[in-house]
Amino acid sequence: MSDADDIVKEFLVESYENLDRLDHDLIELEKHPSDREVLASVFRTIHTIKGTSGFLAFSQLEAVAHVGENLLARLRDGQLLLNPAITTALLTMVDAVRQMLGHIEKQGNEGEDDHTKLIASLTQLLQPGNEEKPAEPSGKRATKKTVNPTTQEKASPPAAEEGAAPPAVKAKAAAAGGTQVPAAEKSAEVRAEDASPHAGEPKPGTAAGPSASDSTIRVDVSLLDQLMNLVGELVLARNQILQFTNSTEESGLVATSQRLNLITSELQEGVMKTRMQPIGNIWGKFPRTVRDVALSCGKQVRIEMSGKETELDKTLIEAIKDPLTHLVRNAVDHGIEAPAARKAVGKDPEGRLFLHAYHEGGQVNIEISDDGAGLNQEKIRNKAIQKGLITADQTARMTEREIVNLIFLPGFSTAEKVTNVSGRGVGLDVVKTHIEKIGGTVDVQSKMGQGVMVRMKIPLTLAIIPALIVSNGGERYAIPQVSLQELVRLDGEQAHTGIEMIHGTPVYRLRGRLLPLVYLGRALGVEARPAASGNAPVRESVNVVVLEVEGRQFGLVVDEVNDTEEIVVKPLSKQLKTISIYAGATIMGDGKVALILDVPGLAHGARVLVQGREQTQPPAPAAAAGESGQTQKLVLFTGLADSRMAVPLSMLARLENIPGVQVERSGNQWVTQYRGQILPLIRVSHALEERRKLLPESDAQPLPSSGALQVLVLEHERQSFGLVVNQILDIVESSLEPKSPPTRTGVLFSCVIGDKVTELLDVPAILRGGETGKLAEAAEAGS
Amino acid sequence: MSNTRQFCTFYLDRLLFGVESQKIQEVAGYRELRPVPLAPPAVSGLMNLRGQVVVALELRKQLELSERPSTMTPVCLVVRGSGGEVCLLADEVGNVVEVDDDTFEPSPETLSPRLRSVILGVHKLEDQLMHVLDTDRACEVGAAGEGANET
Repeated sequence: MSDADDIVKEFLVESYENLDRLDHDLIELEKHPSDREVLASVFRTIHTIKGTSGFLAFSQLEAVAHVGENLLARLRDGQLLLNPAITTALLTMVDAVRQMLGHIEKQGNEGEDDHTKLIASLTQLLQPGNEEKPAEPSGKRATKKTVNPTTQEKASPPAAEEGAAPPAVKAKAAAAGGTQVPAAEKSAEVRAEDASPHAGEPKPGTAAGPSASDSTIRVDVSLLDQLMNLVGELVLARNQILQFTNSTEESGLVATSQRLNLITSELQEGVMKTRMQPIGNIWGKFPRTVRDVALSCGKQVRIEMSGKETELDKTLIEAIKDPLTHLVRNAVDHGIEAPAARKAVGKDPEGRLFLHAYHEGGQVNIEISDDGAGLNQEKIRNKAIQKGLITADQTARMTEREIVNLIFLPGFSTAEKVTNVSGRGVGLDVVKTHIEKIGGTVDVQSKMGQGVMVRMKIPLTLAIIPALIVSNGGERYAIPQVSLQELVRLDGEQAHTGIEMIHGTPVYRLRGRLLPLVYLGRALGVEARPAASGNAPVRESVNVVVLEVEGRQFGLVVDEVNDTEEIVVKPLSKQLKTISIYAGATIMGDGKVALILDVPGLAHGARVLVQGREQTQPPAPAAAAGESGQTQKLVLFTGLADSRMAVPLSMLARLENIPGVQVERSGNQWVTQYRGQILPLIRVSHALEERRKLLPESDAQPLPSSGALQVLVLEHERQSFGLVVNQILDIVESSLEPKSPPTRTGVLFSCVIGDKVTELLDVPAILRGGETGKLAEAAEAGS
Repeated sequence: MSNTRQFCTFYLDRLLFGVESQKIQEVAGYRELRPVPLAPPAVSGLMNLRGQVVVALELRKQLELSERPSTMTPVCLVVRGSGGEVCLLADEVGNVVEVDDDTFEPSPETLSPRLRSVILGVHKLEDQLMHVLDTDRACEVGAAGEGANET
């Protein structure tokens, strides 16, 4: 009995997977009705379900799948052309199949639902006139097919159901030669492949890949979870051992622990990978969602995706599924206008919904943008005031971006009518809570008349996160890197004068913008407020950790910045859950416990998000650009002679200050020892040919012996190298519009960022050139 | 109807307390605690118990007793409550005793309501009274003092 159960279970799992693909394929088909490959794939899926359900004696299921198959066969053979009516009928069939599968899973039978109507409508679409044709060219299997349509059309539907089962089983037995019948799915597969050569069809279903299933196995997720926990513990133990061996001379132990270190890292990576899933897994459902929603509100929407293969931890994938679906539905229902309205403003009547996922700085960014009407700021402002979420006074001081982000407040909805899709006022705040619960952030940008982009930033995984370790009052705290923007250190004179006061509230001028400061010690209540005089406390140096939350920046002043580390997040017990300033705890390499700070909680606690609003200037204007794809995050820096240059932030691994004494020479190349590896250093001034010609003397400078080098550690095609720059300026988000062609090699083009001409470097070209070979020769010839 | 039960006993400010022994997971030596700013006063800190982060609660505070002299090193009673493991700090661990249900008496009405919820009652032992602690209640703390946030 349990054997049979197993077969049914396998059948269910496989069918569900197939159905998910089917939804996607059908939508795809609607766009390209003549794509035979997709058609063949759809046909195969339904065919497999039909075959297996026949074998397992689920006659209703088989009957439904069977008419679907007939219809698909016509489509595949080109005797019918796909139209919306057929697509809808097929989708309804998929739903019915799914429903029956659900019944089978729960109750072990197909349920009581009556599917005769569906069968009838599917049969009707077959058009009696075409019936005879498939019989002629397709041999054995087609014969079987023609039997059923005739019985169905002539006999009453229930009879058709009865009649459908035996032929399928017989056909299978015949094709599989009887011996293979017990292996249910296999025989169905075999039958499909076996039958087609006989039938002599142009596109046989042989493309079905059994190879994939041979090299994969199904594993229980809870087992993976358990493994993940164990690896987490192992990472902790490894950290402790490393710390211990640092203070020992025993070479054997050191070597072993280094090996342990390596293996642990690889193991961790491997286990993390087992839990990784491409985001395409959840996106696969969206074409169907979009189609349904668009149809129900009379709109035309085309969905486009990029970055489907971007991988995320399984738990995170599940956690973002609902919020994403919500946003997609919202975009179709509210974002994109009706075709007539679109035409009126000169847009393509078909709206475009664009999903984009990519990795950046150890996080996954997901953008959902539409080219609809955009958010109406006035409406949002009025609504927020009307609902008492915010005062008129406050809105007057808010930036555009802050206003559009009000839509994430609980109880907010501007939809004028409540549709069955969205607009009940619950939703966006729930989306936000869900995303924040998993340590992500969500932000919306809008341009009137041009569309809305919602951007989520999600950590790669939940259990182990990269974090910055800081100390305050002798205790260590971990700050998740998701919120980290940059680190600023004020030394000497600056430590006294750099921090100014606005009526007792400390601020720092960060590149001309006022950054509200929060003293960690005071936020935690372990350090007294400074004397009433309002002066900042006098320190040797001040470390400011610049954090961003909900699109707002603030500086956290800490005693010391230690290092970045991968930490294992441990939840806090219920006694401490109410303290919003902590996100959890972790155990450090020395076995001591450190607290993980919750940056949004910290910001709210310190009232940065409410009070600070009045004092901060809007973020860089470019950041409000509504269209995705055209804006990019860039690291700005200066080369020699203060010319401004930029590289994409996505290439940046770290910013480093490398002391000159640590620079060594290897051949003609500057190198440094960096995290146990040799990092080649490329001076930006040398990489660009022109500069090299202008400054031949720089060649004579051997190695910098004093001072420090500002280095961008970049990664390109898994290769790391350091770009030595004059000064690191800023990180900006800007649209990249080439204003002039490149003037020298190593430069892609020049553009204007923040009112200044900036050269965008061609990193691959620089990497190819290096500081050796051609460039050096050219320089010699030039000088 | 005279059942006997096993109690793990410990002392707090010279008073004898008992917890049903199956509620105690282990008795651990005192180790360094990581203080938690803004936490309720009864929370002494967090400790690393074999790779798990466990919150340590000061029983003297929970039971409104005087503060432990700094010369005295507390012991950790690790109990498994509804919300996971919790470490309760006591002065000293006593014996495991078996007591008869007959010797039990509920807390007198005159005890403060807060204490009455934590102390279920007493067992009248031969030479002294053993206070019976409700571990679940003992693991509960009041609201955190978040009001201390200042900028």
